[in-house]
Amino acid sequence: MDRRNFLIGGTALGCSAAASPFVTPVAMAAAPWDTRLVVVILRGAMDGLDVIQPYGDPALAGLRPSLLTGEAGDAIDLDGFYALNPLFSSLMPLWRAGQFGAAHAVSTPYRDKRSHFDGQDILEAGIPDLDNGGLRDGWLNRMLQVVPGLEAEVAFAIGREQMLVLSGQAPASRWSPDARLQISPNARALLNVVHHDDPLFREASEDAIEIAEQISLQGELAEETEMMMANSPMMEAVQGSGEHIEIAEFAASRLRGDTRIASFSINGWDTHARQRNTMRRGAAALTDTILTLQAGLGPVWDKTAVLCLTEFGRTAHENGSSGTDHGTGGAMLFAGGALRGGQVLGQWPGLGEGDLYAGRDLLPTRDVRAYAAWVMHDLMGLQRDVLEQAVFPGLELGSNPGLVL
Amino acid sequence: MSFDPTLAAIRFGVGLSPNIAPPSSVDAMMDRLRGPDQIGSRIEIPTSSAVYPSANDHRLASIALNEVRGTDGEAAAEEHRLTMRAAGREAVGTYLRAELARAAHTTDGFRERLARFWGDHFTVRASNAISRNLISPYVETVIRPHLAGNFANMLVAAVSSPMMILYLDQHRSMGPNSRAAQSNGLGLNENLAREILELHTLGVGGRYSQNDVREFAELLTGLTASARRGAYYRSQMAEPGSETVLGITYGGREESMAHVVEALRDLAVHPDTARHLARKLAVHFIAPEPDVTMIDEMAAAYLAADGGLTALYDVMLRSDAAWGPQLEKVKKPFDFISSAVRALGVPLEVIQGATLQQTRRLIQRPLSVMGQDWQSPVGPDGWPEEEDNWITPQGMAGRITWSMQAPRDMLQDLPDPRAFVFDALGPTPPDEVVFAAGAAETVSDGVGIVLASAAFQRR
Repeated sequence: MDRRNFLIGGTALGCSAAASPFVTPVAMAAAPWDTRLVVVILRGAMDGLDVIQPYGDPALAGLRPSLLTGEAGDAIDLDGFYALNPLFSSLMPLWRAGQFGAAHAVSTPYRDKRSHFDGQDILEAGIPDLDNGGLRDGWLNRMLQVVPGLEAEVAFAIGREQMLVLSGQAPASRWSPDARLQISPNARALLNVVHHDDPLFREASEDAIEIAEQISLQGELAEETEMMMANSPMMEAVQGSGEHIEIAEFAASRLRGDTRIASFSINGWDTHARQRNTMRRGAAALTDTILTLQAGLGPVWDKTAVLCLTEFGRTAHENGSSGTDHGTGGAMLFAGGALRGGQVLGQWPGLGEGDLYAGRDLLPTRDVRAYAAWVMHDLMGLQRDVLEQAVFPGLELGSNPGLVL
Repeated sequence: MSFDPTLAAIRFGVGLSPNIAPPSSVDAMMDRLRGPDQIGSRIEIPTSSAVYPSANDHRLASIALNEVRGTDGEAAAEEHRLTMRAAGREAVGTYLRAELARAAHTTDGFRERLARFWGDHFTVRASNAISRNLISPYVETVIRPHLAGNFANMLVAAVSSPMMILYLDQHRSMGPNSRAAQSNGLGLNENLAREILELHTLGVGGRYSQNDVREFAELLTGLTASARRGAYYRSQMAEPGSETVLGITYGGREESMAHVVEALRDLAVHPDTARHLARKLAVHFIAPEPDVTMIDEMAAAYLAADGGLTALYDVMLRSDAAWGPQLEKVKKPFDFISSAVRALGVPLEVIQGATLQQTRRLIQRPLSVMGQDWQSPVGPDGWPEEEDNWITPQGMAGRITWSMQAPRDMLQDLPDPRAFVFDALGPTPPDEVVFAAGAAETVSDGVGIVLASAAFQRR
């Protein structure tokens, strides 16, 4: 904790933050914690076995002859057992800095049906199954529900995609880079006239205009983000442009302010065929996103945890079209200065004959919700019983994996 | 306070139009609703049995592809499958335009509002990307024919639709002592049973227990669906013996769909159902806290009519409480956009002639930004009614931006804002909107201010 606070105090975040290395006054107004949590939902089922390749397992190469794993596929060794898919090589500097890592052989409690929609619903709802009534809210929202008096500004769902994970009774904001507010100054003044007597519309419009101004190119936060990114050597590794970059920039600009939680999704992981090519787009979007967040957050990166979760893993065997099909166990990727990266966590179940789940999938050895829960426990001070009952009903937290620094 | 044509069009219909007169009386509204579905015949959406591509079409295409894998025929079969998927995506846009066009051009706006209300009451979501084009046909099949009929018929039609069965996992539910469960080890799934009681009939405050949910779930076993057969009853999955739901015992001899239908018909005319439906309608159309006496009268009339829906509507529309001058509800995004298109008088051929890309840009994405992902509410409880769920900063940004930009993308000649304010808001618009419409710098800003105003967004 001291190290992160010291960094905040020691850099030019703003005049108030510089007053004392142990006080972060900007934060306390919004939420009782000062750390940041970013939850990225990787929709389509990311193949954990291909992203974080257990090439030290003797069975891997035989299961995936044309996908080319380990040295044969130019993967980058991480720790002698795991190797990183080369499409993710731009994250290696973060790995070496201890700010990027993974937890392997994880899954939600979802089993056997392997439907994207149900799998994502269970992942975002954070519940054991869909048998007991329809979905009502997501686990990030239930986490907010246990903290009284939060403002909507504290949590942001970003992007056009609906984020069940943040939906529910607790106030949360939603913004899409599509929602640019284009309005002339004259029309804006007239809008005030027509909304003058309707507080609901007046306040929502004023807030909309304020947010839109903040994210417009002239906005201070955006300029600050751009300046930070221009000064960051990491940004040279960013390959693409597009919506995911805009989302990450927007997330960074909000998280530098009062926002403590942001969630958005990255699609494109459903690699049934020609996986080496079809994963390219998702991989670029994810690495660009992490690098953009790091650059855009500046000193706040050091108190940030980014968790990248997917609905399930993919089959251990490659299929007949050089891809993989829907599976069970997979990997969670994480990044951020608040986390202990440079390691792949998790108990490895093996890929040999008899090790696989249902004879086909990586066997999950831990509920992925346990990692998310421990991060919230350490990052926000949430109590164990709150996490096991309200946030993730039915979860056994188990031992602390020590993910948070 | 009593009937007013402008309020009738805005609160109980799809808004005002420069070309179509608002309803002249409650009798006229009810007569139109009881009569033929003219706009539905003029602007067609296929029923579930006529839709292309259907779940079975996709299934057959996949089978055909698998049969020729590795042969010369593979490319053609793959091409066929992809063309079919593209047709499905195209159909989603076609049906969205059809629903928009119906709202913009109907003379029977109450029917369109009821179709959306009941479609939301019986919410289903696509279980995968290739079934997105099946939702409008589902509403066309199970909701629309029953709008002015008996609620029990709508309930039975919705519950026995493959869309509902798959959405609420009924196909995964097997009686614990059924033959099927004994051979594959699967068991009961209470999802559909619970939602029927909690959402579709008695309501969450209704007098039912967990035991009723379980017994009802056991009674529902056997009801299932597949891509090949659609919905059907498979007695191997059914729990043997009788089940008791809310004190009434069903079945006992041979398991069959008839017992399920019997229970649904009883639930449809339960007093708790009457109250739940009456209150939900009143909250949807009139106010967050509607008049209690009116709700009691609606519920009583519904029960007296043995579950006839027109009794419910008739009492509501003839109640003084329905015509208060205060606009207490906010239009949901689709209703906002469709009422704007109606007020602008966008011609039918312009709406229906839009490409898929234009439909996404002008309608579908703006709906998402405004918080209403087309046909994808989060859960089976449908879209929320609360105004602060919709009038958020992002929701408002979406509404303002759409108001300022979309009209000029749809119409070459925008109306004069000084006249448009009366087209959109009726003969007595608020002074400040009249002023602002005339004070705008450009025609499109003037039109946009009127559409973005609280006076237009409320009903």
